[in-house]
Order: sequence, then structure tokens, then C-alpha cells
Amino acid sequence: MISENKIIFLIFFVISSLYLYGSYNIPIHAFDLNAPFNAATFPKFIGMCGIAISALFLVLPEASKPNVNYKALDFKNTIILLVLMIFYGFFIQTAGFFLSTGFFLLIAFYVLGERRKKVLFFFSFPFVAIFMLILIKGLDIYLRDPFLKMIGLIS
Amino acid sequence: MIDGILLGIKTALNFKNLIMVFVGCSAGTIIGMLPGLGPMTAIALMIPITYGLDPSAGLILMAGVYYGAVFGGSTSSILINAPGVASTVATSFDGYPMAKQGKAGKALAIAAYSSFAGGTISAIFLLIAAPSLSVISLSFRSPDYFALMILGLTAVAAFSSKGQFLKAIAMTLVGLMLATIGQDSLSDLSRFTFNNIRLSDGISFILVAMATFAMCEALIMIFKKDEKTSKSDQISLQELGSMKLDKEERRQMIKTWPKNSVIGFLIGVLPGAGATIASFLAYGMERNLAKDEDKEKFGKGSVRGLAAPESANNAACSGSFVPLLTLGIPGSGTTAIMLGALLAFGIQPGPNLYNTNPDIFWSVIISMYIGNIVLLILNLPLIPYIARLLAVPRNVLVPMIIFFSVIGVYLISFNTFDIFLMIFIAAIAMILRLYDFPMPPLILAFVLGGMMETNLRRSLLISDGSFDFLWSRPITVVILAITIGIVGMQVYNYFKKIKSN
Repeated sequence: MISENKIIFLIFFVISSLYLYGSYNIPIHAFDLNAPFNAATFPKFIGMCGIAISALFLVLPEASKPNVNYKALDFKNTIILLVLMIFYGFFIQTAGFFLSTGFFLLIAFYVLGERRKKVLFFFSFPFVAIFMLILIKGLDIYLRDPFLKMIGLIS
Repeated sequence: MIDGILLGIKTALNFKNLIMVFVGCSAGTIIGMLPGLGPMTAIALMIPITYGLDPSAGLILMAGVYYGAVFGGSTSSILINAPGVASTVATSFDGYPMAKQGKAGKALAIAAYSSFAGGTISAIFLLIAAPSLSVISLSFRSPDYFALMILGLTAVAAFSSKGQFLKAIAMTLVGLMLATIGQDSLSDLSRFTFNNIRLSDGISFILVAMATFAMCEALIMIFKKDEKTSKSDQISLQELGSMKLDKEERRQMIKTWPKNSVIGFLIGVLPGAGATIASFLAYGMERNLAKDEDKEKFGKGSVRGLAAPESANNAACSGSFVPLLTLGIPGSGTTAIMLGALLAFGIQPGPNLYNTNPDIFWSVIISMYIGNIVLLILNLPLIPYIARLLAVPRNVLVPMIIFFSVIGVYLISFNTFDIFLMIFIAAIAMILRLYDFPMPPLILAFVLGGMMETNLRRSLLISDGSFDFLWSRPITVVILAITIGIVGMQVYNYFKKIKSN
């Protein structure tokens, strides 16, 4: 059976090939076409090296096989956390910094097993409020926040 | 040189910069102490703060974080046998047994004194070596720089690969690929942007640094269910014991400092080597030099076994600044992150830094010395309190790291695309880390990519498209010969391993 390392290098081989193909399609100024060096030269070298290295790994025997204990990996919480981060990215501008960050921290603490109410509530919304205060008043960084604007806390 | 040193002292002793040293050392100690978080993560997390500072203050802050994180790593190695960073693994060999014997306070004191000694001795070496190498490096031309960058990337790949060189080289190439995204610096032509306007300026350095270190590290903590801060380990956090050393312990400790600091500094200068190799080498050498009855104590709480790697790893930190400050080429992942931050300030480190920005050049060197004093003052009395941070549970720590990573990137661009890109890179990096693909070669290649292309362009234009430039200058030939030697060694090791399997 093909090892995980070989699968990763197979993907790298495909990426390098696509990269090399892309580097041949970089639009070059007409006067640069025959120049010793143009915008596509360096990417072409990198693409070729990528193909060579991945091909070498695929052909040669592996010195050591990966030793990953899949049973010990926490897929569930990692995926939940990644999805939560994506939601955080979606809502940071629409819902605003305060609400999105507060909810992100609160849910992330809970998902990862934190059940102490003091920790859950202090390190979410009050923590974000203090952090925002430092950003806005201390570092003079403007943060767009529709929610805080709606309730009249920031202009 | 004297004028430069005086200027450096004046800049470093500026109240604001002193605060930066203090903040850097404290933040570095705290972050470095948390298991799994090393200097690279600590510096990556601090970069957004440095953007609001002037370059001197920013670099001083990062240097303080670097030192602090290395020292912080020693604390977690000693107290819970969970090195926060690879360079303090050797510290745990004797530090943890000492802590188990109820001498955690003594072990922490030896680590603090030895770090101070290593850092101080090497800062003096840096003071002498950096200007001399700056003068020599003025004679370097584009082909030499190109060859040096190839050497740096190869060496970092070789030393961080854990015997799997091709994986490290693949990561180097990924870093170079990421560096080519965006507009070409000379022709302004878009490359690999997929008509996405948000990619036309390229991927920001901080995004890649945060994604591959801070955020990836946080995800790994969850993914691998690291349980090193279990309750049974935390007993030692409450009873550290006395920090006073007796006469014999002091004598043994002091004896190890000079040679291990020199070794640490010299190894730190070499591209790719760094604090990890320095600490292991120092430990091994100290053990080999010990008399038979002393040799028996190694691994069971030996003072020499603890002092040697501690002085060497801190000395290596100063050493790693030599290629960064004098050649503009970082020799490690940590200094690569610093280089990225310096470039963001609009400052190009290298031989000219010594002439064009002497305040930055000298203040960083002087601040290292001050940083060592601050670390000693900070750590000796406060360590019993700071050590309690080791009890911070992972379920609070991980969301906080992710929050600071996201905010660090978002506050620079105010662009949600960057957040999604960062999550994507972090998820890929997490999978790659699981299969032992190292990240330092990626970040180093990403930072050096632009410079490599510029120097290759100059070299090829001068030689009219011929690759003669690779063997037309003796310096280039020597550098490339060393590179080939490193590659040859890796190939030899690979076949040896295959044969033994």
C-alpha cells in the first residue's frame, strides 16, 4: 500500500506541474521575451525543482515510514474549531468585532471542554471589551463594529 | 566602532527601548514557557505590535522575545519535562530529574545564571564579530548572495529535516512558490494571482508566519491531544524549593560557561544550525569531558549537564544574529521571521545596515546585553509566580492563540480574505506537520524568495544569461562547495539508513 508520505509527494508533484504550467503562461512584456531573465524565469526554476524533488521521492524507497497513531487524533474538535474559525472570519465584518470575537471565544472554550462559568464568561465578552478599549483608545486603531454602533457605544 | 557602540548604548538606553526590552523578555518568557510554543510562535505573535513602533524598538522587542522564549522553554523543560522549544530538550535531561528530587528552584536558578552567562559572553562576541563581518561582506556581489541564500536554505533544510531531507527541500520549494505570488517586483506583471485583486500584492509575510507557526501550533495542540500538563505534573509547580546554590554547585556551573558559550555562539553563526544543535553538542561535550564519577551523574540531575546546554543555547541566539545583521541572510526560521518584520519596516539588513542605520545595528547588539540582565532580574524573583502559567489549561490557551493570530492579520489588512487564506494555510501546515514536514524551511524560503530572485536576475543579466557566474568568483565557488557538501552528507545518510533498514 502507498504510504501517506508518497501521497503527499504525489500531490506536490501535481502542484509543481500546475505551477510550472502556470509559469509558462505568465504574460511577459514583448521586449522581455528574449531577455536572460524575465518574470517567468524564477518560477520556471522552482517548478522544475518541485517536479524533480517529488519525482525523486516517489521513485526512491522511503528511509522511514510515517508513524501516526490515528486513534489518538482528535478529528472532531479540530474540525469544529476550523469551522468555527471560518464562521468567525465570515462574521467579523458583518456582525462586528465585539460580537463575533466574543462568541468565537465562548464557543471555542466550550467545545474544547471548558465548563467553568467564570472562565467562559470573563474570557469572552469582557475580555474582548477590554481588548477593544486598548485598541481604540490606546493604539488608536479604528474597528468597524455595526453592533456597537447600533447601541451607540462607538461612532 | 566606538562611536557606533556609544550610539547603540544611547538608543538602547532610551526609555522607550528599555520598556521594549522588558516587555519583550517578559512576553517571550511567558509564551516560550507554554508547552508547544517556541520562539518562532512568540515572535510571530508579537509582529503586529512591532508595526506601530520604530524599527529599532521593533527589533529590540523581537530580540527580547527571542531570548525570553528560549529561557521560558527551559522553565517548562525543568518543571514539567515538556520543552516549549527544541533547543531546551537537552535542558530537560538533567533539569527535570533535579526538579523531581525537590531541587526545582536550584535547577531554575542554574538555568537563569547559565542563560545570562551564555547570552552575555556571546553578546560580547557579537559586538566584535558583527562589524568585522560587515566589512568583509561589503565585497560580496549578487552571485555570492545568491549562493549564500542557496546555502542558507539547504542548511536549514538539512538541520530541520530530522533525517528526511527531501521533505524539508519540498517545504523550501513551497515557500518559494508562495513568495512568487503577486506582482513581479521589476516588471509589475501579475503572477499566480488567478485574477484575484487581493493577491496582487502577494501573500503577506505575517499571514504565512502566523498560519504556519502560531495558528498551526494551536491546532496541533488539539489535534494531537497533548496531555503534558496533566495534574500529576503540576505538583512541582507549587513546591519549587530554594533557589540558593552552594559553593560546589556554583563552581561546577561557572566552569561550564566559557567553552559552551563559545561553542554556542559559533554554531549559532552557522546557517541552519542554531540553538538546538548547540545545546545538544554542549551537553554531549560536557558529558564526554567529565570524569567517570561525574559522568554517572548526567541524566540524574547534574549541575554541569544543566548549565552546559543552557549557556550554549542562549549563546547561539546571539550568534544567529550575525548572518542576519551583516549579510542580511537569516540562518534560522526565527531570524527569518525577524528579517520579514525588518523588510516590512523598509529596512534591508546586510553590510550596508552598519553604515546606513548604525542606530539599529548597534542598539540591537547592546539591547541583547541589557536583555540578558533584564531576564536575570525578571526570572530569579518572579519565576515561582510565572511558573504557575504552566497550569493554564489547553482549552483556554488554544482559542486565545487562534484569536491573537486572526486579529494580528486582520488588524493589518482589515480583509476577511486574509483570514480565510490563513485558516487554509494553517490547516495544510497542520497536516504536513503530522507527517514530519518541517515548517522553518518554508518560512525561510518565503522570506528569502524575493531576494533570491533579485540576485539571480542581477547575476544572469551580468553574465548575459549564462550560469558562468556560479563558478567565476572564488567566494561563490566556496559557498556552493559547502552547499554540495551538505547535500552530499544528506544523500550519504539516506543511503546508510536504507541499507540499515
